[in-house]
Amino acid sequence: MTNQSKDVVKGKTPSLYPVKTKAQVSIIFIVILGFYFFSMFWTQREMVGGFGDSLGNMFTVIGKFFPPNLSVIPAILEPMAQTIQMAIVATTCAAILTVPLALMSAQNITTFKPLYYATRTLMNILRTIPDLVLAVIFVGLFGIGVLPGILALFIFSLGILAKLISETIESVDMNPLEAMRASGGNVFQVIFFGLVPQVLPQFTSFVLYVFEINIRASVVLGLVGAGGIGLVLNQQLGFYNYQNAMAIIVLIFVVVIVIEYISNKLREALI
Amino acid sequence: MKSYTLPPKPEKSLFKKLKAILIVVILAAIYVWTFLGIDIDWARAIDRIANNFARVIPNLFSPDWSATADVSLSILETVLIAFAGSLMAAILAIPLGFLAAQNMTGSRILTTIGKWILSAVRAFPDIILAILFVVAVGPNAFAGVLAIAIGSTGMLGKLYSEVIESIDMKVVEAMEANGANKIQILFYAVIPQIIPEFLSYAIYRFEVDIRASSILGIVGAGGIGTMIIFAANNRNWNEMGLILLAIIIVVTIIDFISARIRRKIV
Repeated sequence: MTNQSKDVVKGKTPSLYPVKTKAQVSIIFIVILGFYFFSMFWTQREMVGGFGDSLGNMFTVIGKFFPPNLSVIPAILEPMAQTIQMAIVATTCAAILTVPLALMSAQNITTFKPLYYATRTLMNILRTIPDLVLAVIFVGLFGIGVLPGILALFIFSLGILAKLISETIESVDMNPLEAMRASGGNVFQVIFFGLVPQVLPQFTSFVLYVFEINIRASVVLGLVGAGGIGLVLNQQLGFYNYQNAMAIIVLIFVVVIVIEYISNKLREALI
Repeated sequence: MKSYTLPPKPEKSLFKKLKAILIVVILAAIYVWTFLGIDIDWARAIDRIANNFARVIPNLFSPDWSATADVSLSILETVLIAFAGSLMAAILAIPLGFLAAQNMTGSRILTTIGKWILSAVRAFPDIILAILFVVAVGPNAFAGVLAIAIGSTGMLGKLYSEVIESIDMKVVEAMEANGANKIQILFYAVIPQIIPEFLSYAIYRFEVDIRASSILGIVGAGGIGTMIIFAANNRNWNEMGLILLAIIIVVTIIDFISARIRRKIV
């Protein structure tokens, strides 16, 4: 009698998964759970009264944010406009400068390997630095204002865009490019007539996507002094004007949703 | 000599031409509005950078190693915040993902509600959520965990719902036809199909959350951000250099590991 039929006799269905997989999954599960409890313990160790206490507290405090004082909206429209303008300028500059960078970090266009690895590494490092940290450094360099905000957004979106677009370039159909090269087109002709038509829709779509990210990022840049609506939000929170702060948050929410909706529709139309 | 002419270009309809003109006009208007509205005081900016450059940039590249212990502890806290937050989000997003998936609820209304909830949650930047939670539970790391958890739920829920909508429904139908009940269908037809992608997205979100949680401290929600804001306020650029180095190293390592795991899973 084989093992399997023994199981059947005992009225037990044999398991679908081998014992080794089961053990592996259990160990991974336990490790993740253990790490989770450790994280929860660590992050709560400075909390007075623990989670239960603050949960009750949370509702009373959140109550202070309501109702939002919507009468301040006309006064904050200008910083909001500034925020959007920051995102537009940064996205435009990044979209222009990303073209040479993306070409240089695409394996199929840049045949000179050291250049490819150098740009790729630089972009990877740039992408790891959060936008707010860049803003902090630029505020230190240029002082409080819009310029550090724009620069921070610009550098940050450059990293994302160059990566996304270089990946698109790497996945294009190389046959038309080869044909052009074979019939005597120079590098620029090959790029302009062979590559650009293939990547243009994705390029536009990615630029819009990065614009969305930038809108979201630019509303908070003001928290570190880099201009826009975040600056006003920070002031209002500093004065404990929670109802004004809530009005600002509501405005941010509405603007983000509207811009995302428009950008989504545009992207759907493009691809 | 024969003269070669190019083939005629396809004629564009009037509607298409009008549309293109309209798009150009709108874009131009947006740019005019932007460049008229934005005011940068170039003279002051140039003046500032001339003064500050020598004080900031060289110091960023000569990290203050004496702060290594503090920075490591803070970056550990950042990783813990991101981990606890993304795990919570990975679980919170499951019911919302199912709610927003057309093929699971079977009703347009429920799906629309689910999609609306998810995009509403997504519209809040993480750091705004952190501000709210800092006010609510006090300035500590747990506020950061909550902000990450809620902030990630929006995106994860959306990705989950897309995964669920793309599963092979034939398996579900076959089980239905064989008389399986809802729970059996869920466990034997739906879950095996979605688990790899769910895990992969959750791990990817952990990557994103590491970056997000490193700045939450700027509003008081714990992690390395607290040190960033102190270093910036004290103009301690050597320490800032070390912090930057720590962030770059940790993010790169986690990205690398997570990419490896994800490639193995899917």
